[in-house]
Amino acid sequence: MENEFFKNRLNITRRHFLSKSAVGLGSMALGSLLMPNLFTGEEENLAQLPLGLPHFAPKAKRIIYLFQNGAPSQLETFDYKPLLNKMAGEDLPESIRGTQRLTGMTANQTKFPLIGSYFGFKQYGQSGAWVSDMLPNMAKIVDELCIIKTMNTEAINHDPALTFIQTGAQVGNRPSMGAWMSYGLGSENKNLPAFCVLLSRGRGNGQGVYSKLWTNGFLDSTHQGVVFSSGEDPILYLKDSDGIDKDSRRRMLDKLAELNHLGFETSGDPEVQAKVQQYEMAYRMQTAVPELTDLSKEPDHIVKMYGPECLVPGTYAANVLLARKLSESGVRFVQLYHQGWDQHGNLPNEMPLQAEDVDRSSAALIMDLKQRGLLDETLVIWGGEFGRTNYCQGTFTKDNYGRDHHPRAYTIWMAGGGVKPGIVYGETDEFGYNVIKDPVHINDFHATVMHLMGLNHEQLTYKHLGRRYRLTDVAGKLVPGIIA
Amino acid sequence: MKTLTVKIKYFFLLCLVTVGIASVVWNCTSASAETAAIPDEIDYNFHIRPILSDRCFKCHGPDANTREANLRLDTPEGAFAALKDNPKAHAIVAGNPDMSAVFLRITSKDSTQLMPPVESNLKLTQHEIDLIEKWIKQGAKYKAHWAFIEPKKTNVPKADEDWVVNEIDNFVYDKMREKGLKPNEEAEKEQLLKRVSLDLTGLPPTVEMQERFLKDTSPDAYEKIVDELLKNKHYGEKMATYWLDVARYADSHGYQDDGLRTMWPWRDWVIHAYNENYPYSKFLSWQLAGDLLPNPDGSGKPSKEMLLATGFNRNHKITQEGGVIDEEYRVEYVTDRTNTFGKSFLSLTFECAKCHDHKYDPISQKDYYSTFAFFNQVPEKGLFGTIDASYADPPNMAITDADVKSLLKFINKKDTAKVMVMVMKDTTKVRTTYVLNRGNYDAHGDSVTFGLPKSILSYDTTRYGRGRLGLVKWLLDAKNPLTSRVYVNRIWAQFFGRGIVKTLGDFGMQGELPSHPQLLDWLAVDFREKGWNIRRLVKQIVMSATYRQSSTITDKHLKTDPDNIFLARASRIRLLAENVRDYVLSSSGIMNDEIGGPSIKPYQPKGLWEVATSGRGSLSRYVQDHESDLYRRGMYVFIKRTVPPPTMLIFDASNRDQCEVQRVRTNTPLQALVMMNDPQMIEGSRVLAENLTLEKGSIDEKLEKAFRMVLCRKPKEKEMEVIRQYFAHESGLLKKDPKRAEKLLNIGEYKHEPIKDKASAAALMQTIQLLYNMEEAIMRV
Repeated sequence: MENEFFKNRLNITRRHFLSKSAVGLGSMALGSLLMPNLFTGEEENLAQLPLGLPHFAPKAKRIIYLFQNGAPSQLETFDYKPLLNKMAGEDLPESIRGTQRLTGMTANQTKFPLIGSYFGFKQYGQSGAWVSDMLPNMAKIVDELCIIKTMNTEAINHDPALTFIQTGAQVGNRPSMGAWMSYGLGSENKNLPAFCVLLSRGRGNGQGVYSKLWTNGFLDSTHQGVVFSSGEDPILYLKDSDGIDKDSRRRMLDKLAELNHLGFETSGDPEVQAKVQQYEMAYRMQTAVPELTDLSKEPDHIVKMYGPECLVPGTYAANVLLARKLSESGVRFVQLYHQGWDQHGNLPNEMPLQAEDVDRSSAALIMDLKQRGLLDETLVIWGGEFGRTNYCQGTFTKDNYGRDHHPRAYTIWMAGGGVKPGIVYGETDEFGYNVIKDPVHINDFHATVMHLMGLNHEQLTYKHLGRRYRLTDVAGKLVPGIIA
Repeated sequence: MKTLTVKIKYFFLLCLVTVGIASVVWNCTSASAETAAIPDEIDYNFHIRPILSDRCFKCHGPDANTREANLRLDTPEGAFAALKDNPKAHAIVAGNPDMSAVFLRITSKDSTQLMPPVESNLKLTQHEIDLIEKWIKQGAKYKAHWAFIEPKKTNVPKADEDWVVNEIDNFVYDKMREKGLKPNEEAEKEQLLKRVSLDLTGLPPTVEMQERFLKDTSPDAYEKIVDELLKNKHYGEKMATYWLDVARYADSHGYQDDGLRTMWPWRDWVIHAYNENYPYSKFLSWQLAGDLLPNPDGSGKPSKEMLLATGFNRNHKITQEGGVIDEEYRVEYVTDRTNTFGKSFLSLTFECAKCHDHKYDPISQKDYYSTFAFFNQVPEKGLFGTIDASYADPPNMAITDADVKSLLKFINKKDTAKVMVMVMKDTTKVRTTYVLNRGNYDAHGDSVTFGLPKSILSYDTTRYGRGRLGLVKWLLDAKNPLTSRVYVNRIWAQFFGRGIVKTLGDFGMQGELPSHPQLLDWLAVDFREKGWNIRRLVKQIVMSATYRQSSTITDKHLKTDPDNIFLARASRIRLLAENVRDYVLSSSGIMNDEIGGPSIKPYQPKGLWEVATSGRGSLSRYVQDHESDLYRRGMYVFIKRTVPPPTMLIFDASNRDQCEVQRVRTNTPLQALVMMNDPQMIEGSRVLAENLTLEKGSIDEKLEKAFRMVLCRKPKEKEMEVIRQYFAHESGLLKKDPKRAEKLLNIGEYKHEPIKDKASAAALMQTIQLLYNMEEAIMRV
């Protein structure tokens, strides 16, 4: 009965047909034939589905974005500025500060005393990149990393800055990066969402996260990030309630299909069939997801790599390991957020705690992917929403200080998926305040990440209320210097 | 040009031959009958402007700053003028495509000459080129944009008098006939009752109502039901649900730490306004300018209710992030109000003119800031205080017990503490408004004064006055081409699942054209002439034969009109997120039907708020409500903007980040998971099963009753068979496993009935859940 139901393709709508063919065929040649049609007059309907095919050969198939929420200081991690230690306590020269607007937290300070890193730095690897003593594990893998020291943004507060780097606009309900990828490329795994989100919190001063950061915006809500939680239900409502087991759920679904088939005979609405399929996918997810999120069966060498914390659900380490598993299973975009990097004060005490949370597992992820032969096709990104000031916020003492938000220059790193390994890209001035060579604006970062995924940032558009929107809006230049 | 056509045709032929599948795709995408044939007479508004606007106006349109080659194609003067770089040539020569640069460029074989340029990623199809060619041949007649011309009632077309109930049907029938379609039969009574009950109140009909309606064979049986539902107190709730999206209503401030706000009395007012059937003119003016209007009682000062209504313009998000720049956010709030105004009342994308002149519509950046000026007079701060400094930043009003006893009886205030609500106020001295260059808050350009885009209707201060009061007069001016059309279209979409103009939020050049332009205009004029009477309009719609058709879809429908644009059947529509919840609570008999009051916090998976918070503020932890608050309607579920209620988002509700006038409708596995596993959904089945178990009667009678409660119709024998089998099988298994029966019934906080035969009750519960998961259940059919 059920099979017959699925075989009934006569009434299948254009939309369902397309979603099947476009995702299922996956052939590049066919893709280029289909794409022009997808972008013509009918696009409003068609644009609802994942387009399913890249614009050109991608370097990366999947992204794991290790977002460091709250903005870790570049001056204590990767952007080594000994001048700041030498000039500690002296005022930031006005010629360096220029016209930079300041947040309400330091705008009224009469002095801007420079302060150098409390932590030591050393050079590592063939690239000789400088890395802080706080990050010994990342230091070991610098030759896999593409460290970008010249990220910059316009936003000076968390909410707009986070919203900007995640959605391409400081305000407004735009789709986030992951949603664009889901829309542009679809899912590689029928049993898992294309865009998954994992949240964790560190011990430093934190800023909240909010669902706008993983929103589908005006795209279809199938492209919304699905939050995986560390509780007993990895995806909301995944777990059957007490008393329901696999068999009883199956019995119910079989009867449901029968009833729906009878309903279809009356209504003739093809949407009925689509609904039956959604229930079947939900059922498959109920098996696939818990198998995947169960970290208890991870072998010892993996636990050793990521650290014992990776067995504690909800920690950053556990999320990084889960991210690897999701990504390996074909999830297009796994977005992590680790809160606690907002060191306006007490930086020398708080930052090591945050570093301890993320250092080992972030580095382990790179090595793990490499060992599995997945690093080439997986793009890993590590970094926050802006940088921090080279001067002290609040009372200045040499061993306890804070740093305010700084948009003009900050550091992130990327690895794998088509970026150049073992390079440090871009330069900041001796004060670590301004970019002096090779700036990478948020829009450029987006354009480049999309390029690595085989998408032209100017072509992946969605027409909404009369206007074609892009992740990069009206800007964005590729950064060829970091592409392998 | 011929070669090009041949080439294109050959290209597609190649596709068809080489890849079978591509042929299907191509046929599918182009089959939309609308575009297949070239009409005898080409109409600028319907055939040409959509093409020019979408592919050409970005560089050759209203925005002077990005205009290429000094050529504009959105006005006849621009298109017929001599070209700047070749004064002998013209972009368009009426009657002569081969002399028209536009035509030569869009058909050019030289890729450096071709328009739109290759790098724009925009293309014209052969069909579009043919249309432009014929239009030029026929004289290239420009027309003003349809939505900016004042609507007029045209003659009501003739139609099959046996079918027609009111004028709506004449217009709809006429179009249907043009497309070779015939109306469906009238829906069966049960289907019709479920439909109209859900549409008017958001709630399914009770079995008692079903019985009553089935038995009533009088000719006005349906009208009686309609009148009953229109007077039902839940009518206001259903209507308000849509308006809360428009007004971006929420229970938190929306940025970062996202503290609590208490705007819910304003929400109670919206429900009240619909239930009291305030004319749209009053509904609109009180919300936009209630603080400035004279009190109808003659006292001069606005009433508290009028003041409360102005909360509409303060529902935008407000930051509490320490360290933000005050002016940056104050400007952000004014921007939100301006954009919301454009979208809510005019369905225009004002926001596109914030940084530069609008690329498609005649709204200049100066127009934008002239409109901005109306909303720029509020004595407010960008940052009033950090988290929990205020539940209602000034200007605000206090609502006391005394108010609720006398003037504001509709507010469901639960305790004696006063409630603060944000409202509108203007500064005593007019704040100068400047054009903000590139939209930057600190980049002041020229100063501007109150005004609105003249392309819609000139804003004459001597006629309308200054400030928001003038704005209201301008909106309600009979000459305003948009106000009535926009609202009528939105109400229409509530009942047909699609607007006459499909893009509910865009009546501009890039919006869709109306499917039934004369009907839209007729309704718009009628609505205004009859005193902006919302309930009358709603009744007009639900009484129509068009609305009453059956929703059965035939092969012919799928072939000729899959999207049901021409309304030869009723549309099947998945319920709104809020109403999915209402549906289960109400039909299972556990709904608390109280109206209004502070929003409630139902069951929610653990940790959602906690994991996303910085730990600051009163909303950092989710504290679930209990008892009757658990069973309130979906529209009262607490909306914390940064972590909106998960089931609402899963069913496509707005996150209330900004004004929304149109929700998408998706069908996803996550929705299936909610229906199967959300305790709120299961609990209803449990309680209903317990109650039915205690009732007298055979199991068949109980199953049938459950079916009627959940699906709002009697089951067919084939359906009964499936359900009977399922119940028998499950109860057999559960009898052998009493522990499992116990576990199944142990769900939700709703009081348990003392049941002896737990296996039967649990099996019945399983069967009811099966019914709730049927595709038909949460559909308006």
